Amino acid sequence: MSTAAPQPKANQGQPEPRIDARLKVTGGARYAADIPLSNLAYGVLVTSDIARGQVRSIDFEAAKATPGVLDIVSYGDMTGIEKPQFGSAYTSLGPLHDRTIWHDGQIMALVVADTFEAAQDAARKVKAEYEEQHPSGHFGSAGTETIPAKGHAQRPKENPSAGDFDGAFQSAPVKLEAEYRTPTQTHNPIELFSTTAYWTGKQLTICEPTQSLYGLRGEIARQFRMDPADVRVIAPYVGGGFGSKGPSTPRTAIVALAARRLNRPVRCVVSREQAYTTMPYRAPTRQRIRIGATPDGKITAFSHEGWELTSRIDNYAVAGTETTTRLYGYGSVASDVQLVKADRQTPAYMRSPPEVPYVFAVESALDELAYKLGMDPVELRRVNDTDREPIHGKPFTSRHLMACYDQAAQAFNWSARNPKPGSMRHGDWLIGMGCATAVYPTHIAPATARVRLRADGDVLVQSASQELGTGIRTVAGQMAAEQLGVSFDKVKVEMGDTELPPAPVSGGSNSTASVCSAVLKACQQIQERLFRAAVASNNGPLAGRNPADLAIRNGALVAKDGAAQKLPDVFALLGAGAVEEYAEFIPDGGPHDAVQKLYQGKLTMTGGPEGKKAKYAYGAEFVEVRINSRTREIRIPRLVGAFAAGRIMNTRTARSQLMGGLIWGMSAALFEATEIDERTARTINRDLQDYFVPVNADVQQVEVILLTEVDHEVNPAGVKGIGELGNVGTNAAVANAVFHATGKRLRQLPIRLEHFVA
Amino acid sequence: MNRFSYVRVASVAEAVREIASAPPARFIAGGTNLVDLMKYNVERPERVIDITRLPLTAIEETGEGGLRIGALVTNTEAAYDPRIESRYPLLSSAILAGASPQLRNAASVGGNLLQRTRCYYFYDVATLCNKREPGSGCPAIDGINRIHAILGASPHCIATHPSDMCVALAALEAVVRVTGPQGERNIPFQDFHRLPGGMPEIDTNLARDEIITYIDLPSKGFAQNYTYLKLRDRLSYAFALVSVAAALEMDGEQIKEARLALGGVAHKPWRDIAAEALLRGREPSAKNFAAVASKVLADAKGYGSNDFKIDLARRAIVRALSQAAARTPQSQTDKRIT
Repeated sequence: MSTAAPQPKANQGQPEPRIDARLKVTGGARYAADIPLSNLAYGVLVTSDIARGQVRSIDFEAAKATPGVLDIVSYGDMTGIEKPQFGSAYTSLGPLHDRTIWHDGQIMALVVADTFEAAQDAARKVKAEYEEQHPSGHFGSAGTETIPAKGHAQRPKENPSAGDFDGAFQSAPVKLEAEYRTPTQTHNPIELFSTTAYWTGKQLTICEPTQSLYGLRGEIARQFRMDPADVRVIAPYVGGGFGSKGPSTPRTAIVALAARRLNRPVRCVVSREQAYTTMPYRAPTRQRIRIGATPDGKITAFSHEGWELTSRIDNYAVAGTETTTRLYGYGSVASDVQLVKADRQTPAYMRSPPEVPYVFAVESALDELAYKLGMDPVELRRVNDTDREPIHGKPFTSRHLMACYDQAAQAFNWSARNPKPGSMRHGDWLIGMGCATAVYPTHIAPATARVRLRADGDVLVQSASQELGTGIRTVAGQMAAEQLGVSFDKVKVEMGDTELPPAPVSGGSNSTASVCSAVLKACQQIQERLFRAAVASNNGPLAGRNPADLAIRNGALVAKDGAAQKLPDVFALLGAGAVEEYAEFIPDGGPHDAVQKLYQGKLTMTGGPEGKKAKYAYGAEFVEVRINSRTREIRIPRLVGAFAAGRIMNTRTARSQLMGGLIWGMSAALFEATEIDERTARTINRDLQDYFVPVNADVQQVEVILLTEVDHEVNPAGVKGIGELGNVGTNAAVANAVFHATGKRLRQLPIRLEHFVA
Repeated sequence: MNRFSYVRVASVAEAVREIASAPPARFIAGGTNLVDLMKYNVERPERVIDITRLPLTAIEETGEGGLRIGALVTNTEAAYDPRIESRYPLLSSAILAGASPQLRNAASVGGNLLQRTRCYYFYDVATLCNKREPGSGCPAIDGINRIHAILGASPHCIATHPSDMCVALAALEAVVRVTGPQGERNIPFQDFHRLPGGMPEIDTNLARDEIITYIDLPSKGFAQNYTYLKLRDRLSYAFALVSVAAALEMDGEQIKEARLALGGVAHKPWRDIAAEALLRGREPSAKNFAAVASKVLADAKGYGSNDFKIDLARRAIVRALSQAAARTPQSQTDKRIT
């Protein structure tokens, strides 16, 4: 065991190295745009220079004259193809269906050529004439429209509320009111976005990095009015998604159309700069928090209001109030979410979509309240800890928030902190220490899996889930190895192809719970067949026993008294070389047609506040910041997070996920912002040079503590998703530490050195 | 990028001949900036002249106690050359403060001088830019200008020069040796880069038909009292918001000579000789350093989002001079804080 492979505690799985680790570090793992195809043509997008208006004319003459150019798909070519559907696609905009420009960098054409270079050269020669209108790109811009999210967006169905907030706030002895702002952020997965499409007769194959193979298949089939069975989507590995590859985009149909017109495979790899405008992003927010409390810190009134930017044509809501209103045992609660419609492309999910911006506000406000009350910030959270969520009074399936605080505080040495702002210093460096709560709803979705066990103990697991770097292949394999009593190296896992049984979108941190529950069920079906065969045999060592008393271990069926029968012998009884089982897992309370919907690519994810009991994973994050007293640069030498998230399938991949979350949380706090020029609504920083994310030197000590938590109620696998938990709360922990270091409260991200000079 | 033709030259004379002939061409060495600019469609050369085979890859003694660095020496080779490390540690430090190891391995010393600004608007061909399209306008002045100039800017351009290495070369009073159709000439470093004035499209005083061959370092290297302090958004692969090259020659407790150059604040590495002179014969004190900073920044002007750079530069100058005086140069490799 090592730091990277923590010793498993109770209810934690072995830190098996990733099943694809060697492939990935040697470059052997094949991503969608790496799949070799003969006679491939290359497409390059042409995007708009304006954010609002009409394309009066578009001139392809010079582009068409470029040697190697084969075809140009543009306005008027989408006849017979439906526009994308908001929900399964991130936007309902069909950019080539008409000549209206709704946002900066909108797709106007796809130029296809024999080589990438020729396509790129030709794309640059396309000249558009616009009828330009003045765009509104910001919250404050004239011409935006503000509408309530409720009734206009999918979420929230209701603005969570409880009791009489106004009355309780009025009469509260201690009041806090503050406004917070978070910026636009862009995902920037290292694997660029791409689509490769080819037709074989009437069958379409799409190779595209996606977090939802069946979702993309269903949406593309709908757009082309095809039977989904005639569409295959392949993404063997995905080089990071973070939500950006969850919903489909208008690009896919355009590339597929080009492939059909040319009757040859077409590949379009979107440039980094074009990704900033043809893909979704994290919506900027403005938020207002009001808290009423007693002098001993008990919160009696809590209100959270949010304003979020969205596009003119789609009402995407972040709506983190669904989580923040259930975070503590508030007395009374009010909340509201408003959408501000602007001339931008539609935002969408970005790692912990609702929680990251909204928890920043709440956890900053709690720190402010702690200072107002003269209380320790950890103790303030303890006073307001609860075993029931305050909106409907539902109990949690499990909640170990304060245990996380206690373990993280100890590892961090929180007790050494002098709470007085600006009081701690080392040499030229001001020291600040801050903490915040991490929370993420535990989601689960229907999933299917096929598992095959051979007489020699080899196991094959198949499920069309998506390996984004989360480790889903590894943990699904571990579940099978554990259930079928074989060593992990006997297991092969296949994912990333709609030829396999469907799995849900890799989003909302549901995959481990959902896919492992399906794998578990398939394995249990295999066990049942083997056990029945063994007990039904006339004279075998397990003959006549109760199947419920058997287990599989080390390649044999074993009874409690030690009687055993080796797998090959059981297979001989069955007269089979392999046993294969397909399982459909439907979560408790899921719709009866959940699996049918899954095959159609329609999402039926549940969890969080839904159901009889509320399901959340929690964590506590502690941050140390240093701010140079002379030149004000901000550094983070230490991040400590403790998390309780049910069964941990693999301590290595879990630590890695949570560590990545902490690092991203720090990145969002200090580095990231997509800058939009107010005058043109155009994105200014469109590459990794100007959109800052930390480098190795910026990240120093990161410690992840995995608590033992046993939760039999949350789902059959006992697992709470951790993919998104880690970067919730970190923003606030950093801002709180910055306040402790300097006495300056920053309510807007990112926090940069200019906030500390004159 | 556009289609272009490619020619490789074997001698400086051939390079000069090629650059003077039609159609318009660009030299390519490391390509770390030119290729980016071509990908962004900012540079559209019809011809690219590969100079990587020219015999300009050595670092040699000048005979006057200095060093001559060939224009094709990579940034990495220059930074880790033992003579530069021991005699011109300020230069070594400034180079290591820039870019990333991969970029420094590819980038040439000559090319480092010729990198172009990283102004967002300059890189976005869909926007106006006087540097890219003379006379079209400057959206940075009233736009997002956090990384832009506070000194020596003009109503036509507020871009900054991005190099770290050049800030040290300015402080060290290096000399740029160039060759053109008329033969060789020397350009003092101070005169190599231009202020934008009314012609921001021209970055340097290198003529269109000239090539940089060497950088000469004078004998005085300030190897005892120096620092290169770079303030930026992250600890690698980020251009300076403000950087300071400070070098002192001490005579006991007094400063005999001071050199001070700033990066990230102007269209060229910013050196203020009058401000340096304030330190001559003075003690290295916070008060004296603050007076220098005030003098350097007397005419500084912010444009909105870069207003903070004025105070940041003041703080950086004082801190850098203190580091130089105390012989505690900023480390470019050990970035931990304790």
